[in-house]
Amino acid sequence: MAVQPELKPPPTEVGLLGWLKKNLFSTWYNVPLTIFSIAFIYFVLRVIIIWAVHDARWEVVTTNLKVFMIGRYPAKEAWRVLAALGIVVILAALTWVLWRRKDSKIKRWLVIGWLLSFPLIGILLRGFSRESPFLPLVSADIWSGILLTLVLAIVGIGASFPLGVLLALGRRSKLPAIKVICTVYIETIRGIPLISVLFMSQLLLPLFLPPELRLGTVMRALTGMTLFSAAYTAENVRGGLAAVPIGQYDAASALGLNKVLMMVLIVLPQALRAVIPTIVGQFISLFKDTTLVVIVGLLDLLGIAKAVTGQRAFIGLHQEVYCFVAVLFFICCYTMSYASRRLEKKLGVGER
Amino acid sequence: MNQRSATAEHRKAVPFWRDERVLKVLVQIVFVMLVIAVGLWALSNYRERGLTFTFSFLDEEASFDLAEGIEFAPTDTYARAFLVGVLNTLRVAGIGIIMASVVGLFAGIARLSNNWLVSKIAGVYIEIIRNTPLLVQLFFLYFAVILNLPSIKEVIVLPGPVYLSNRGIVFPWARLTASFGGWWWFVVAALIGAVVLLIIRKRGLKRTGHPSFSLLYVCVPLIAIPVLGWMLISGSPLLLDLPEMVVKSGGVLKVEGGAGFSSEFMALLLGLVVYTGAYIAEVLRAGIMSVPRGQTEAARAQGFTRGQILRLIVLPQALRVIIPPLISQYLNLTKNSSLAIAIGFLDIYAVSQTMLNQSGRVVEVFFMIMASYLTMSLTISLIMNIVNRRIQIVER
Repeated sequence: MAVQPELKPPPTEVGLLGWLKKNLFSTWYNVPLTIFSIAFIYFVLRVIIIWAVHDARWEVVTTNLKVFMIGRYPAKEAWRVLAALGIVVILAALTWVLWRRKDSKIKRWLVIGWLLSFPLIGILLRGFSRESPFLPLVSADIWSGILLTLVLAIVGIGASFPLGVLLALGRRSKLPAIKVICTVYIETIRGIPLISVLFMSQLLLPLFLPPELRLGTVMRALTGMTLFSAAYTAENVRGGLAAVPIGQYDAASALGLNKVLMMVLIVLPQALRAVIPTIVGQFISLFKDTTLVVIVGLLDLLGIAKAVTGQRAFIGLHQEVYCFVAVLFFICCYTMSYASRRLEKKLGVGER
Repeated sequence: MNQRSATAEHRKAVPFWRDERVLKVLVQIVFVMLVIAVGLWALSNYRERGLTFTFSFLDEEASFDLAEGIEFAPTDTYARAFLVGVLNTLRVAGIGIIMASVVGLFAGIARLSNNWLVSKIAGVYIEIIRNTPLLVQLFFLYFAVILNLPSIKEVIVLPGPVYLSNRGIVFPWARLTASFGGWWWFVVAALIGAVVLLIIRKRGLKRTGHPSFSLLYVCVPLIAIPVLGWMLISGSPLLLDLPEMVVKSGGVLKVEGGAGFSSEFMALLLGLVVYTGAYIAEVLRAGIMSVPRGQTEAARAQGFTRGQILRLIVLPQALRVIIPPLISQYLNLTKNSSLAIAIGFLDIYAVSQTMLNQSGRVVEVFFMIMASYLTMSLTISLIMNIVNRRIQIVER
């Protein structure tokens, strides 16, 4: 029997043509759909490109770049912000390079470095006292621009984390009084908008604190952010706690660990590892939500943008300014969500 | 050694501060005391400032004006002002939820389309919207788009007629006439008839197993009875109210008639719909992707058509996954409507802000804000939970 020569697949099934047929013209209704889509993309892109290249006055962004970055932070002290940024970049680079090694000693030093960097950066940015020759005081109330956005988001998520873990443990507690109080707190905060929590922290908090204890507006906003974020962290961590198999608890008791040690050594490490991607997601939404401080009068990136549109030279250039802000946010958030998706894959959380 | 003495000894050996039963109670008491102590401390600080807690200001005259929502005069009370805010929030949340569902449905379907271009366009929309803050979008929409629309002098007239200017949008709307009251009973009768027919058809399906086409049958009374009523009643119950441009004294232009949204409402609604729509699209996609491929393949092997596969196999299973996150998206939309204050729409939060500036009653107003948002959140989750439970039971 003669062997049939191997036939080439028809040209409409492979290569570019095949791809086109499969993805754009597979059925009769996909043909008009594709044509319509191409027209749509053409018109949208044309409008955007003509505007961006021809009509937009981007000098409003380029001349105000520094204002967007640090806002009202004194120009003479701007190096401190750069130094703080430098610390973060160096630490991040070190972590990136060294974390993959199996050496736990290096890891410990890295963690200590990160923990130390927070107070260090805080002191660097805020300074000591007004008269101090070295690092004079820059009150947190005049922090603004991207600097404030970053401070709000990072401190917000960092400070809310311990509180959130405690609330999550409280909600899973078998002791009814603790459980009820934690549940009421979490559900109340989750039921009301962030803006009303910020409002509470701006206007109500001072009323309920003794007059000696006066917090600046940024500190109050941070308190509000933290209290709000803690409720959401709590729910995320609770999900992680639920994912720890019951056998782990039993094994820990069988080893004679008491309740506290069982939580700290056995349950929490597993639970927290499982919720890392969720926490990253929460950080992204908190990062976006920092813009709400505009409503209580702080000058974060969006607040500065709003102020810039009121500048005499650039009055009414809303499109350029808000586009710039949106693009900045998009780059940050998209990078983070992309990284978190990769992390999720790596940790295998999605596969379970 | 007998059992009892062992227990006794055991009891003796464990002092009460290590006895778990005692500890449990003790820890709770300490915790509650701590919470109460912090509360009392805060309250004493509050009292020290000579502040009281009373809602009596609600009956006082508000003496400010509200431009949006139901009728309101500066001589009305604070309570009514708050009601205006609540109704405005409900209006934007209600319309927003419906429109966001539609947008989300379309974007979700487009994202799942086997047409590469359509899917990518939907993907770009979803990613851009989800990765930028809502407030930036609202600012862009309001300041850069809607306020840049032509003024009322050069108003854009779209077919309809729909008038679009930087003051808002006005479109034709049905106006109720005197005979509407009579016709309304026909609508009620139609609804009752439709529900009864639906139940009968569903029972028939259960008994015989033949396809019942229940939705098709239901349409018959739903359309026939109101049309019958329309013909029986003298005068049309609904009239189409077309907006038209009028020139007021002093050459002031105004669009009268029809129904409309103010520019603030339009910006807020559009922003919320576009934003939540992107999230809903993702929820739908995740739900449909969660149905294992084997289900579709098995259905195809059994000879189901594409429509049947979607309706009978995929959707019932996907809905179980979709409903809970969908609830939280609706809740988010309602909560996000509080951003209205940033663009000057008078929702609960914006009205409250004015109220507390006028009256100085910070704590009381805050309680009212919290109570109204919590009520809305709880109501939405209650309704959706009932829906959710029905879907779960029907399926199993």
